[in-house]
Amino acid sequence: MLTVVLIVLPFVAALLALRLPQQLAGRVAFLAALAELIVSVVVLFHFDKTGGLQFVFDKHWIDSLGISFSVGIDGISLLLVLLTTVLTPGIILTAWGDTSKPSSYFSLILAMQAALVGVFVAQDGFLFYLFWEMALIPIYFICLNWGGENRGKITLKFFIYTLTGSLLMLVALILLYVKTPGTHTFAIQALYEAGRSMDLPHQTFVFATMFLAFAIKMPVFPFHTWQPDTYTVAPVQGTMLLSAIMLKMGIYGVIRWLIPMVPLAVKEWGMIAIILSVIGIVYASCIAWVQKDFKRLVAYSSIAHVGLISAGTLTLNETGMQGAIIQMISHGVIVFGMFYIVEIVSARTHTREMNQLGGIRNVAPILATAFSVIMLGSVALPFTSGFVGEFLLINSLVHYQLWLGVVAGLTMILSVVYMFRAFQKTMLGETNTLTASVGDLTRQERFVLYPIVILIVLIGIYPQPLLDISATAVKNLLSVYLDVRFL
Amino acid sequence: MSVRTMIFLVPLFPLLGFLLIGLIRKRLTRGFATLIGSGVVFISFIFSVILFLKLLNGAEPFNVTFATWIYAGNFSADFGLLVDPLSSLMLLIITGVGFLIHVYSIGYMWEDEGINRFFSYLNLFVFFMLLLVMGNNYLLMFVGWEGVGLCSYLLIGFWFKNQPFNHAANKAFIMNRIGDLALIVGVVLIFINYESISYSIVFPKVTIGEPVLTAITLLLFVGATGKSAQIPLYTWLPDAMAGPTPVSALIHAATMVTAGVYMVARNNIMYALSPVSMEVILVVGLATALFAATIALAQNDIKKVLAYSTVSQLGLMFVALGVGAYASGIFHMATHAFFKALLFLGAGSVIHAMHHEQDIRKMGGLKKYIPITFFTFLVGVLAISGIPPFAGFFSKDDILAKAFEHSPVAWAVAAIASLLTVFYMFRLLFLTFYGKTRASEHTIQHVHESPLSMTVPLIALAALSLLGGFMGVPELLGGGNWIGNFLSPVFAQAHELSAEHTLSHATEFILMGLIIGFTLVMIALAYVRYISKAHVPAAENAKLPFAHQTIYRKYYIDELYDAVVVKPLYWLAKLFDIVVEKSGIDRLVNLISESLNDWGVVIGRLQNGHVGYYIFVMAIGVVLVLAYSFLK
Repeated sequence: MLTVVLIVLPFVAALLALRLPQQLAGRVAFLAALAELIVSVVVLFHFDKTGGLQFVFDKHWIDSLGISFSVGIDGISLLLVLLTTVLTPGIILTAWGDTSKPSSYFSLILAMQAALVGVFVAQDGFLFYLFWEMALIPIYFICLNWGGENRGKITLKFFIYTLTGSLLMLVALILLYVKTPGTHTFAIQALYEAGRSMDLPHQTFVFATMFLAFAIKMPVFPFHTWQPDTYTVAPVQGTMLLSAIMLKMGIYGVIRWLIPMVPLAVKEWGMIAIILSVIGIVYASCIAWVQKDFKRLVAYSSIAHVGLISAGTLTLNETGMQGAIIQMISHGVIVFGMFYIVEIVSARTHTREMNQLGGIRNVAPILATAFSVIMLGSVALPFTSGFVGEFLLINSLVHYQLWLGVVAGLTMILSVVYMFRAFQKTMLGETNTLTASVGDLTRQERFVLYPIVILIVLIGIYPQPLLDISATAVKNLLSVYLDVRFL
Repeated sequence: MSVRTMIFLVPLFPLLGFLLIGLIRKRLTRGFATLIGSGVVFISFIFSVILFLKLLNGAEPFNVTFATWIYAGNFSADFGLLVDPLSSLMLLIITGVGFLIHVYSIGYMWEDEGINRFFSYLNLFVFFMLLLVMGNNYLLMFVGWEGVGLCSYLLIGFWFKNQPFNHAANKAFIMNRIGDLALIVGVVLIFINYESISYSIVFPKVTIGEPVLTAITLLLFVGATGKSAQIPLYTWLPDAMAGPTPVSALIHAATMVTAGVYMVARNNIMYALSPVSMEVILVVGLATALFAATIALAQNDIKKVLAYSTVSQLGLMFVALGVGAYASGIFHMATHAFFKALLFLGAGSVIHAMHHEQDIRKMGGLKKYIPITFFTFLVGVLAISGIPPFAGFFSKDDILAKAFEHSPVAWAVAAIASLLTVFYMFRLLFLTFYGKTRASEHTIQHVHESPLSMTVPLIALAALSLLGGFMGVPELLGGGNWIGNFLSPVFAQAHELSAEHTLSHATEFILMGLIIGFTLVMIALAYVRYISKAHVPAAENAKLPFAHQTIYRKYYIDELYDAVVVKPLYWLAKLFDIVVEKSGIDRLVNLISESLNDWGVVIGRLQNGHVGYYIFVMAIGVVLVLAYSFLK
């Protein structure tokens, strides 16, 4: 039942916020997000790490089509739900006070949260697809109505691009559905069985279409060109939703809906996906290096980091999968902090051009320190959250194929090249007319950034609780690759 | 207090110092912050001494695991610390020399408004350095390895308003990261092949030399070239002199840069089984030792001379490792820590006295103004030059003898590098302290000896530089080579593999005599040139002969790297951004959507609203269907 609460609560709150007076909306939205956080923490405390799927809720919904409202939480779902519930209050808080039409804005953020949680807990193919598309609608409006210059064109491109992917996924889901025995069903286990019993050409079709959908969402090279523009033009809360949480839908999709579904095709074609991801790491890092726009740089860095996660996931190595999951959490936290830093700096100086900035550390030392910790997480320094996942992922890639691992490992060098450059250009040196009057973090900003900084260090030093949560679920998911019947 | 607790507290205290000073540094007075900063390191030093004494009295190495750090799939890494003779010796150097440098920094940095921040960084550095040498597995060592790199970055760019300093800091971090990538791949390969990353599990499993072992050892060594500033990844170290001088002494001379030496020595069994890697280490060590020594001949910045000297001396340590004389390498690392820290701190004292002047062309005749600094600096110069009985004599002689056993050519190259060292060090000494002063009247009037907090560490280090060599007096001179015996359990596995062949005493005496003779010749040459003839290096823009210009410009290696690596990569990135991204991939995506648009227009024409047209199309359809079913 708690799983349903997790979906319904933000949804109801979203409807409520819509009807509230503008000045109240932010507070109510924040409280609702806090309540959601508390529910998820309750789930965490009642979660049995050694068990499989828990907090299951399964009711027939559209019987004639074999669709049921089936949700449940295993370790992987739980971590992503927690990521969502931890970050959403922060996202809402960053929007307090300087948003036009707050009621609708906060309402959309909460609706987004409901859909995201839905994606991470759905145990029915149709339901998964439904939440997947539902998540697109709020973010579309957030970007369209609150975005920056040229938002109409960019948002439309983003919308069409991702919708194309999702429709392909729908085709694959229907194909799987048709292959289920009897009166057909969308239940995830039935779809797994159907997928696994298909021959290679059919599996390949499912793999190609679904991977495309997920690859666009993450995004993986070369399906990424919507991303830098969208991230840059979206309001910061939109960027955070997109980068910190929504892109995890893509990786989650690969883990939950692709790898266990079509093992033959993953084995056969996984290499291509891994190579694309690895190319993306180097390619996006290089482009990040020559960016002048601070926000765009962070957007490209996200492509690079996600490339590593997606490559490591597809190695089908238990260690790598564990690394991918903890890296999703870490990336969510870090990229959230990073975009917030970008927002704080650009809101105060009215520019994102790094060449015009500099010396901010002189006038805003706390801001600079927060930025530096987040940056260290981003370049995966040991004892920050970024290191644990990055090491496990590189480890699994070297295992898979030495040279792919080495090329992917270039991110260790390249991330320093572009991130430290950005830090130097914005924070170090002497102040100029633009930056001389930059104020340090306000209480509200500190309230958001301190937990982020603490999380980055804490997860880096003691990652084991998170790794323990996902361990059993990862074992279960990969067990199909030990089963000769399907290989 | 149990040993377990003590081992835990050694790195913990500097960490606490960092947290305390770092978090409340705004509210701490200078006096209190520096007291905490130095105090925590001193406490660690006390514990290190106790642990060392336990080992000295024959205790077995302490290998303590506290908790699991990362456990995922079949991979696991522990929080575990190891105190054996090797790490114990490192502990003494890090906390002992580290403490002296902390004390020195109180005086040196007192006027700087960022002194509290400075001490918090120093403490953090000591913490990571301790972790590096104490970690009982590769991953924990890697934590320390990268952590000290971070502190190095923070401290090189300590004066962050100065963008060239920040460039130097970035350069150091990036070059280190290149090495770190190789290192981490090496660690992963170790894990893949030996199914563990704990030293105590891996080392016993290493029994045969296989190709993958060569790959592993080479990768680890690439990591070492980054951290220990060897060819080709050395160019960051001279630039790192942008940091405050105590940083140069602690991080860029005594401790961090020796991490690579430590790491290779730690993995001695792997190297002993990989002759190819050993040759590579030897060649790189020799080349670096010689190459950096020649550059040092022509530098005019007091810290730059010492920086290149450090690169060169590290090269010598790798020579020792390359010929399998691990204990000799560690011995030289220890004595080098004493005398190079002394020289850097002495240089800092000079710079302090001269109001931030670092150019030796503008010094001269300083010995009567700052006698303590002069005297201790002199001890440092004698030690690094290998004048008996100063510390450097024993350790350097040890390496040279071991190199000769391996091959006379290696001996010759290393000997030339050592002799060049003698020349440039005396050049430095003479130009700085002797002759007539070339400083401006105003400066010289204000020259003053440094405060006690700075001179006392100088004296302590001078004493160590004088006496430190006695821990490794060779049998030849009636000594017991204590350090070699103390370390022998660590290298036992490797030594079993290498054939023992010692030089005859006669040969050793001849070699030693040769070196001492030439050393005196070098001193005489330097004396004639810089004192008798009072030669002063040419001014900045003067035209120099080609050879001189080349070494003065450091063989143009920085320019070369820029032209061959940095620039091409930058243009490649630009190419990605402008051509591939914007007019390639994105254009293609847009084209696809536009072509769909065109198709839409074409298909849209089908619905033109004319009923007659619809009927016509329908009729064609019916005909086609009928035709199809007939033909089937």
